[in-house]
Amino acid sequence: MEPQLEVKQQTELKRKTRLSKDRAMAVAFLAPSFILILIFIYGFIGWTGWVSVSNWNTLVPDFSFAGLKNYIYLFGDYRFQADLRNTVFFTILFIGLVIILGLGLSILIDQKLKGESIFRNIFLFPMALSFVVTGVVWQWLLNPSTGYNKFLQVFNIQPKWYTDTKILAGFEWGQIEFGLPVAIFAVVIAAVWQMTGFSLAMYLAGLRGIPEELREAARIDGASEFQIYRKVILPILMPITVSVVIIMAHISLKIFDLIYAMTGSGANFVTDVPGVYMFETTFRGNYYANGAAIAIIMLLLVAVFIVPYLISSRRGDQ
Amino acid sequence: MAQLRFSTIAKYFILVVLAIFFLTPVYVMLVTSLKPLDEVSLNTMWSLPTSLDFSSYTHAFQELAPNFMNSIYLVVPATLLSAVLGAMNGYVLSKWRFKGSEFIFTVMLFGMFIPYQSILIPLIQFLSKVGLYNTIWGLIITHVVYGLPITTLMFRNFYANIPDSMIESAQIDGANFLGVFRHIMLPLSISGFVVVAIWQFTNIWNEFLFAVTITNSDNHPIMVALQNLSGSQIVQWNVQMAGALLAALPTLLVYIILGKFFVRGLLAGSVKG
Repeated sequence: MEPQLEVKQQTELKRKTRLSKDRAMAVAFLAPSFILILIFIYGFIGWTGWVSVSNWNTLVPDFSFAGLKNYIYLFGDYRFQADLRNTVFFTILFIGLVIILGLGLSILIDQKLKGESIFRNIFLFPMALSFVVTGVVWQWLLNPSTGYNKFLQVFNIQPKWYTDTKILAGFEWGQIEFGLPVAIFAVVIAAVWQMTGFSLAMYLAGLRGIPEELREAARIDGASEFQIYRKVILPILMPITVSVVIIMAHISLKIFDLIYAMTGSGANFVTDVPGVYMFETTFRGNYYANGAAIAIIMLLLVAVFIVPYLISSRRGDQ
Repeated sequence: MAQLRFSTIAKYFILVVLAIFFLTPVYVMLVTSLKPLDEVSLNTMWSLPTSLDFSSYTHAFQELAPNFMNSIYLVVPATLLSAVLGAMNGYVLSKWRFKGSEFIFTVMLFGMFIPYQSILIPLIQFLSKVGLYNTIWGLIITHVVYGLPITTLMFRNFYANIPDSMIESAQIDGANFLGVFRHIMLPLSISGFVVVAIWQFTNIWNEFLFAVTITNSDNHPIMVALQNLSGSQIVQWNVQMAGALLAALPTLLVYIILGKFFVRGLLAGSVKG
């Protein structure tokens, strides 16, 4: 009995030292990535924050403290106010349409119709494209003198798309006219064309996960197809809707390449967004401190959506 | 019965109309890029070419070929490196959790959502300091680092589905941390690697902000060159369309051939997976 116990103890000891060695290895595996993230994300954000309160608005770096000067300048700036207005309307329209189209299409595709995979692929392929490609093509499709306007001629309507400078329901607000810039629709159409596939895929995965018995039970209770969707299926899909809204919101708040490639700032900044302003003022104008301030505002806007989402979804995860 | 048939027809009608709308950009790209120059006009955008002419492709190819190669040199190493690092992190975060590892994971995940404008100025200062500004390697490092959150997330969720019992039995057989990773996890991760690689390949190929700020003309990846092509007043838009199609071709092909994995990556990006 005795020696056997000793062997057991020895193997146990061996196992333990091996385990602690393994644990050390695990930490060593993760450490490089974590350190990189700490520096390249959190450190750099801090550094950008510092630049945003400095006087570095020329080619030569100048890190003297400027207080909130750059932020105050921006919030009083015509272009930045227009950017904030455009971002609000772009975000609302973009998310709304992506949700409605994605949900509607996913329900249609989930009806077990013939050719559903063809339809699914047609609605999904734009996701594989670059915003730059999308911008280049849609710039022509929504060009007022060609593109879709050739068809709309039949109905005698010729929208000016992204060249329209009208602001709907506008009223004076700060430097700008606050209201819905008509030109934003053109950019929204292109963005919706590209991103609907995402919400479609998410909703389709959700619909496929709903057991048939649930619909069957509702049918037996006398619910119509419409009621089943409204009362049973949509509530089940709610977490997916939340995810889609959050992910689309962060894409829309930081959008840059699509607009830069498709329309640029537009006349009177009707299609300008903070991403474009940040790029141009920093890298074309050398206003580094102003650019950093725009970037920090963008980050804060995104964080308002993302931080609660991350915390709640990580909690649900554990 | 008649009611039923009507609703089926209505469903098809909506789907077909929207499908046609979704395909119009492809139609215009194809048709325009195949037209000879004298047929390219604002009035005849929708009409088919009278004869097939590939000269806009040769022109676009001449313009874009060096940048296309830059993108290849960028995408291949960046994709491989970020996939490997993601697999390592995902392995630890799913199978070797320690006190604080969940917190570390959340801290990493936040990096997935930040607007990259908010790290761009320091990044460029850093890359100039270490001599990697305006180099493909500078872009590779950038994409690997900022790809870490998403690749880590994807592998962590992927590995979470591998039962712990497999690892325990390998440990009883004497496998240590690395042994389990090499002999159990990696052989099971082929589809995980495919999903992550396709995702990173597509994203890095399509990326614009880093590309346009970190590199200058000769080192520009394809998307910046395409943007310059379309922004230039002297380039006809049949050439722009041919260029757009060339630039989109690699990711489109990947989507057509491996679409299932692409969609899986798409779904994995929503944190919970």
